[in-house]
Amino acid sequence: MTVEIDTQNLTQTHVKHHAEEVNQIKISVKNLEAYFGKNKVLKNISLDIPERKVVAIIGPSGCGKSTFLRCINRMHEVVGGKITGSITLDGENIMDTDPVLIRTKIGMVFQKPNPFPTMSIANNVVAGLKLNGFRNRKKLKEIVEKSLKQVALWDEVKDNLNDSGANISGGQQQRLCIARTIAVNPEVILMDEPASALDPISTTKIEELIFELKKEYTIVIVTHNMQQAARVSDYTAFFYMGELIEYSETKKMFVAPEKKQTEDYITGRFG
Amino acid sequence: MEIKSSLNKISLYRRKITNVIMLSLSFLSALLALVPLIFVFYYTISKGIAHLDLNFFTKLPTPIGEPGGGMVNAIVGTLILVGIGGAIGIPVGILSGTYLSEFGHNKFGSLVRFLTDVLSGVPSIVVGVVAYTLVVLPMKHFSAFAGGVALAILMIPTITRTTEEMIKLVPQSYREAGLALGIPKWKTTVLIILKTAWKGIATGILLGLSRAAGETAPLLFTALGNRFWSTNVFQPMASLTVYIYEYSTAPFKDWNDQAWTAALVLILLISVLSLIFRIITRSKYKV
Repeated sequence: MTVEIDTQNLTQTHVKHHAEEVNQIKISVKNLEAYFGKNKVLKNISLDIPERKVVAIIGPSGCGKSTFLRCINRMHEVVGGKITGSITLDGENIMDTDPVLIRTKIGMVFQKPNPFPTMSIANNVVAGLKLNGFRNRKKLKEIVEKSLKQVALWDEVKDNLNDSGANISGGQQQRLCIARTIAVNPEVILMDEPASALDPISTTKIEELIFELKKEYTIVIVTHNMQQAARVSDYTAFFYMGELIEYSETKKMFVAPEKKQTEDYITGRFG
Repeated sequence: MEIKSSLNKISLYRRKITNVIMLSLSFLSALLALVPLIFVFYYTISKGIAHLDLNFFTKLPTPIGEPGGGMVNAIVGTLILVGIGGAIGIPVGILSGTYLSEFGHNKFGSLVRFLTDVLSGVPSIVVGVVAYTLVVLPMKHFSAFAGGVALAILMIPTITRTTEEMIKLVPQSYREAGLALGIPKWKTTVLIILKTAWKGIATGILLGLSRAAGETAPLLFTALGNRFWSTNVFQPMASLTVYIYEYSTAPFKDWNDQAWTAALVLILLISVLSLIFRIITRSKYKV
C-alpha cells in the first residue's frame, strides 16, 4: 500500500519536475473525487497537466476517463454530477469561476461529431463567437478561414461554406468540430475519443492535427486506442476503476511501465 | 419428414391468407377514414361555390332578401380573433414547453404537465364560459379580446405539449456541443435547441391555430358577433364560425346558402394557413 502511494507521488514529482523544466503546469488536479448521486466514480485523482503538451488518458471502458475529462471543463455538473477536491487552471480554482467562462478557455471535442445541423459550415465554425454576440463580419470571415486551415479542412470546403454543416463526411465533420472549438481560441482542448467513430484515414488526419495543435494548445485526449496514445501523446495516464494507477511520460510507460496492472493493460491481457 | 413438410405447407398457406386479409382490412380502413374528409370537401364545394364571389370577400351582410351581401367582417373577424389568440397563446405555449423539456424534471414540472393535459380535455364551451367570467364581466363588454383569450386558452395545451416533445427529440449532443463552446444555457436553448426543433414546433402552432380558427362555442359568449364592420378589439366581433352557426339554423334559404360558402371559405383559410407554414418551415438546405 505504502509503496504504491510513494510510487504515485514519485511519478507525480517526476512529471512535475520534467514539465517545469520546459513548461508551466496548465491544469493541476488534486484529490479529485467525482460522484454521480451516491456513486463514487473517481477516487482521489491527482495529476498535473503541463502546458502545450498532449496528455493521453487510457483505460478500459467504465474506468472514469470521460468523467475525468468532463470534470475539467465542468460538463460533469450539467448531468448532475458532483465533485470534491480541486482542479486549478493557471492556479485558479475552476469551481470559483463562472463555468461559461471556463468553457471558453477549455474547449471540448466529442466522440461523435456533432456539427449543428441548422447552421452552415461557416456558421458552425464561428458558432461559439457568433452566438455569444460577436458581430464583426469581416473578422468572423477571417476566423472561419484561419480555423478551417488549421484543421486542414479549408481546401475541401472553401467552395461550400454555406452548405449545411451536416452534409459532409464523418471525418470532415469531426475536423469541423475541432475548428469550431479552436475558433473560440481556448487555452486547453479536451478530446473525448475524437477518432473512435472515424475510419483509419480520417483518424490519421486527426492525429496529425493534434501534433500541429499542441504547438499552441494544451491537449488532453481520452482514447481507448493504445497505439494512438503511444503515437500522439507526451504523457499518459492509466485509469482503472476510477483510480489513477500510473502517470508518466509516454515513452517510459509503454516501454517500462511501473505497475503490473499497467503492463497487463498495455499488453492486452485485459481490458 | 413428409408430415413436417406438409404441415409447414398448410401453415404457410394460412399465414399468406391471413396476411392478405389483414392488408386489405387496413387498406379499406384507411379509405374509410378518408370518406368523411371527402364528404366535407364535396358538400362545402358543391353547395358553397354558388355564393363564392368577390362580393363575399368585400361586402358586409345585407338585410334578408337583398342580394349582393358578403361576409367580409366575419372573414377579417376570424383572422383578428385567431391573431389575438395566437399572440397570447403562442409565446406562452412555446415558453412553457421549453421550460418543461429543459428544466421541468421535477415535481413542479410534472404538475404542470399533468394540468396541461387536463386543460386540453376541457370542453371548448366551458372555456368560453370561463373567458366570459374572466374578461367579459369585468370589462362589461363583449369583445374580440375576450374571444382571443378564450382561443388562447384552447391553443396553449397543444402548443406546450408539441413544443416539449419536439425539443426532447433534439439529441443531447447538440446541447453539450453548445455548452462546451462556452455558450450560456439559455442561449444554447434558444439559439441552438429551439432552432433545431423549430419545424416541429411550427407544426404544433399550426395545429393550435387551426383548431382556434374552427371554434364556435367559446366565441358565442365572448366575441358574440357583429353585423357591422368593426376592427375594434374591445367591441364584439364577427367570425366565420359563429356566422355559420347562425346562418345555417336560420329559416332563410339565402342565409343557409351563405352558411355553406362561409364553411368553404373557412376551410380554404385553414388550408392557406397550412400552406404558408409549410413554406416557412421548409429546409433551406438540400438534404
